Amino acid sequence: MISSQAYGDNGKMKDYHYSGPVEHKFSPYAFNGGTVLAVAGEDFALVASDTRLSEGYSIHSRDSPKCYKLTDTTVIGCSGFHGDCLTLTKIIEARLKMYKHSNNKGMTSGAIAAMLSTILYGRRFFPYYVYNIIGGLDEEGRGAVYSFDPVGSYQRDSYKAGGSASAMLQPLLDNQIGFKNMENVEQLPLSQDKAVQLVKDVFISAAERDVYTGDALKICIITKEGIREEVVPLRKD
Amino acid sequence: MALQNVCGLQHPPLFPEWSAPLSQSFMPEESTHLFGGGVQHGGAFSARLPGRGALSPLEFYMPISEYLTQSPINFGQISLSSAPKNFLNNNIDIIHPSLPCISLPPPTPCSISPSVPLPFTLSHGTTTLGFAFQGGVIAAADTRSSCAGQVACPNAPKVLPIHSHLVGTTSGTSADCALWKRILSRELRLYQLRHHRRLSTGGAAKLLSHMLHPFKGTELCVAATLCGWDGGGEKDENHAITQVTESDSSSQSTAVCKSKSQQVVTARSGMCGPRVVYVCSDGLRLQGELFSVGSGSPYAYSILDSGVHWGMSAQEAACVAREAVYRATHRDAYSGNNVDLYHVTAEGWRRRERENLKDEYYREKERERKRVAERKNEKKGV
Repeated sequence: MISSQAYGDNGKMKDYHYSGPVEHKFSPYAFNGGTVLAVAGEDFALVASDTRLSEGYSIHSRDSPKCYKLTDTTVIGCSGFHGDCLTLTKIIEARLKMYKHSNNKGMTSGAIAAMLSTILYGRRFFPYYVYNIIGGLDEEGRGAVYSFDPVGSYQRDSYKAGGSASAMLQPLLDNQIGFKNMENVEQLPLSQDKAVQLVKDVFISAAERDVYTGDALKICIITKEGIREEVVPLRKD
Repeated sequence: MALQNVCGLQHPPLFPEWSAPLSQSFMPEESTHLFGGGVQHGGAFSARLPGRGALSPLEFYMPISEYLTQSPINFGQISLSSAPKNFLNNNIDIIHPSLPCISLPPPTPCSISPSVPLPFTLSHGTTTLGFAFQGGVIAAADTRSSCAGQVACPNAPKVLPIHSHLVGTTSGTSADCALWKRILSRELRLYQLRHHRRLSTGGAAKLLSHMLHPFKGTELCVAATLCGWDGGGEKDENHAITQVTESDSSSQSTAVCKSKSQQVVTARSGMCGPRVVYVCSDGLRLQGELFSVGSGSPYAYSILDSGVHWGMSAQEAACVAREAVYRATHRDAYSGNNVDLYHVTAEGWRRRERENLKDEYYREKERERKRVAERKNEKKGV
């Protein structure tokens, strides 16, 4: 879901190429690129993101991961406008602490998802330009993935890709994890190692074809033992 | 109830801010904690009032600009800061100062259209339908949620149950529909607890329409068909059911069941049975027998208009609804994937298994192939 405003009618980026006389208005939004992916398994969940932070033709940073750890069983991936990502994660962390102090227990993944939906909708008329995906374990220990749109519509999935390369990754995941559009295949449940390998392959492919994805890949693997992180280098060009 | 709070008619002393004169200044610092806590009471649109509690019933107080800055989620709710203190715990005051209060810049009052063009589009495009017949109400929808030419979600639920005897189909922006359905469920539940009876479908539609009215002109987009069964009240439940069975054979094409003189029922007796009401965020509220909403609705209407009649059986009704959605998904690019079907009767709603239309397309192709082969054989035989 790339920013539809940055490109003019001739297909070139408006900020860098002349596409006719235009009135410049201040836009509070910017598109900082990045891709996020989450997969839910039987007893694990994965949240992966690339670490490139870009804007237009520049790369601001090669080491800006987009996964944020919320609790021991939940990780959120935010892509879109980096300023809104930072503020949103700060607000979520504050709300988590408030919940912990007033209810004497941590928030479950489902509760965090519902809360995030209301936080996002509270800004319905000046939205956070963030595509969120929450990955974690539900109360029964099964993997859960919740995907959001910028104004708070959400639902639980078993896998979802968001960010600049989402249009390329989502069909691949539909095929490999959802077994869609394949006839006469044996539908085996996804094991953790296979899922991690799949995510690595998928991001390597995304880095080949999407300019805003690359540099490094950070995978957070959530199991009942805790959260483990893996970093894999990607194309830097 | 939400409307009573807005009008301020019943409890003027509890909400002195509602009758405050216009000169009270706009105070953005108290407003919009990002979790939607505070309610501001400046910038009122009501006329100057001589004193507290003198708000005449004809002056309908509509604080339009405030609702645009306040989070829509708390619409109609008594906010913690303005409710009488003896009902609250003392903890509430302690929580408030320590909250991370990121106040938004004060919005320009009366600016309804967004001055900030959004860099993304929200989900739109669908086929939903609802119709009433003698055996209840059928609500059906596809499950594709699209966003700027891509399918954001292939299995989005578009028919949401609101309470045991009411379901609503949603069309428009998914986030708006999901949230406003939640708000409606909350208000209906509160009504049920306060008045010991379920609000009728028409009443729920009116409530939703009035809740959406302050946001008219903004980019909120909700087009919902409320499909429900009105029971006519707890005591009258038995009367209502016998009434409906009697009216089965006699009624024509009206959704209102006729009351028989032997029944000892109140004036509400004429308002029981299946009902379908269409509510739109433009402010439209229509009661009818058959509605289809969304980009695929023209295709669905053609199937429904030829297939639906009051006396049909539940099986037939489910078939027609499914066929209508199936044909609409075939022709409309923004509808597709699966069909969700809900059937609402006097006992409540029942959900049919979500059906994947891909199999149906293959079955249809298979049937077509067989027919072509048969025709070829006949020609050879002749």
